[in-house]
Amino acid sequence: MKYICFGYLDVQQWATLSQDKQNAMIDACFAYDEGLKKDGHWAGGEGLQGPDTAVMVRLEQGKVSVTDGPYAETKELLGGLLILEARDLNHAIHLISNHPGLKMGPWEIRPAADLDQMIRDSERRRSVSK
Amino acid sequence: MASIAPGGIPDFLDSLFRSESRRILASLIRLLGDFDLAEDGMHDAFAAALEAWPRDGVPDHPRAWLVSTGRFKAIDRLRRSARFSTSLETLAELPDEGPSGWVEEEGVEDDRLRLIFTCCHPALPLEACTALTLREVCGLTTEAIARAFLTAPSTLAQRIVRAKAKLRDAGIPFEIPARADLPGRLEAVLKVVYLVFNEGYSASSGEALTRPDLSGEAIRLGRLLLELLPDPEVKGLLALMLLQESRRAARVSPEGDLVLLEDQDRSRWDRALMAEGKALVDQALASRRVGAYTLQAAIAAVHAEAAEAPATDWGRILGLYTLLARVAPSPVVELNRAVAVAMRDGPQAGLDLTDALLARRDMAEYHLAHAVRADLCRRLGRTEEALVSYRQALGLVQQGPERRFLERRVAELQT
Repeated sequence: MKYICFGYLDVQQWATLSQDKQNAMIDACFAYDEGLKKDGHWAGGEGLQGPDTAVMVRLEQGKVSVTDGPYAETKELLGGLLILEARDLNHAIHLISNHPGLKMGPWEIRPAADLDQMIRDSERRRSVSK
Repeated sequence: MASIAPGGIPDFLDSLFRSESRRILASLIRLLGDFDLAEDGMHDAFAAALEAWPRDGVPDHPRAWLVSTGRFKAIDRLRRSARFSTSLETLAELPDEGPSGWVEEEGVEDDRLRLIFTCCHPALPLEACTALTLREVCGLTTEAIARAFLTAPSTLAQRIVRAKAKLRDAGIPFEIPARADLPGRLEAVLKVVYLVFNEGYSASSGEALTRPDLSGEAIRLGRLLLELLPDPEVKGLLALMLLQESRRAARVSPEGDLVLLEDQDRSRWDRALMAEGKALVDQALASRRVGAYTLQAAIAAVHAEAAEAPATDWGRILGLYTLLARVAPSPVVELNRAVAVAMRDGPQAGLDLTDALLARRDMAEYHLAHAVRADLCRRLGRTEEALVSYRQALGLVQQGPERRFLERRVAELQT
């Protein structure tokens, strides 16, 4: 089963670390991720650039509007996400519990939704309407 | 031994995982003293086998090989993670590898029993015990257990994490309790074993009605417990499970639909299981302490004794349910008692009792209470009321075959 894990970064704490400490943390995270890959638990993942790089796209009165942001004033920023292949939720919790990144902020684990039935239903609706 | 061709190793390991992984895990938990580390180690060991066995051949004792390799790999993991941790405490706490580094095959069953008693430790709340036993001893996923307990997976996962932390922090030893403590510790274990059986006999949700492997697991645990402690209630529980199991083949139609006890083809009941169950009931009833499991088993034995459904001794069943309601009062027992009353005294008497039960808050959400009411109304010819109750039951039912059964009844009434 797939679990999408959102890793948050305490930016204030991060800024207090020396360059060496930051490097050690980054190395530990990558080493752990490599272990996840080797064990077949890694189903994907990306680091995120800062929220100042974000754009919001939405529909406003039927027109596409693009704006900056959102600049949420938070101490903890979403720093990256990884997709775990795990036996169950407790296995995913265990895998994240040992992730060195946990020292820099909390992780949110969300089970991937099983959309198979929804997709089948949708395909049926679309084939009927053709 | 290496009689398996290299190409057959993946399939062989798959079946080995299915049949042996829980035993291997139990041994690794004893050796490593940590549930999660043991699980990591076990998976590493199977991965290592997938690499080594096609090259070197299957070892003479595959399970011992996997346990030994799993322990070695887990210790290796600890060493690696200790390199990144700021303190060396973890390294200092590494388990001793032992003189040979090899793990004996003997005592594997004891490891499973140790694991059961640890998972059912009185320091843990009962709900944590059942969750932990189902996950660690039986290998269910957190999500499947959550479904069985009608709980959110996130709640159940936290329960399991807290339970493991409690066992670790309280330094609870991984052991079989001393003989003097056994009876007290046993009650929690029996409860858990029966829940496991029920999950296999009447899977709480999903399309499949039963999961025989889980029930078989519960029966095996029951036999193991009986060996350890010939307590009347262990006999009662094992008897109950055997008698229910004896009806498994007749309980589901070839289409996978539920067949009620009264409609079952009794020639398909497993005579050997029935005989074993009935003998155990008699032994348990002969003891002076008759508990809830023994009474339920005695009820199942009355059904087993009836060659045809109409020959069932409902008077005796009602007497046993009345006793059971005193020993272990619960809404479900009351509901079953109401059914026995209906069978002995007619549907109206049963309906009166069922309506009184449905007025209680704890029963209003229980699909079987509505299904019973529907069935009694149907027998009384009160079709409209029956339909309303069937629909209420349908709104609450979780299990595919039960749902189809109710839908068939609704369809029959509407024609």
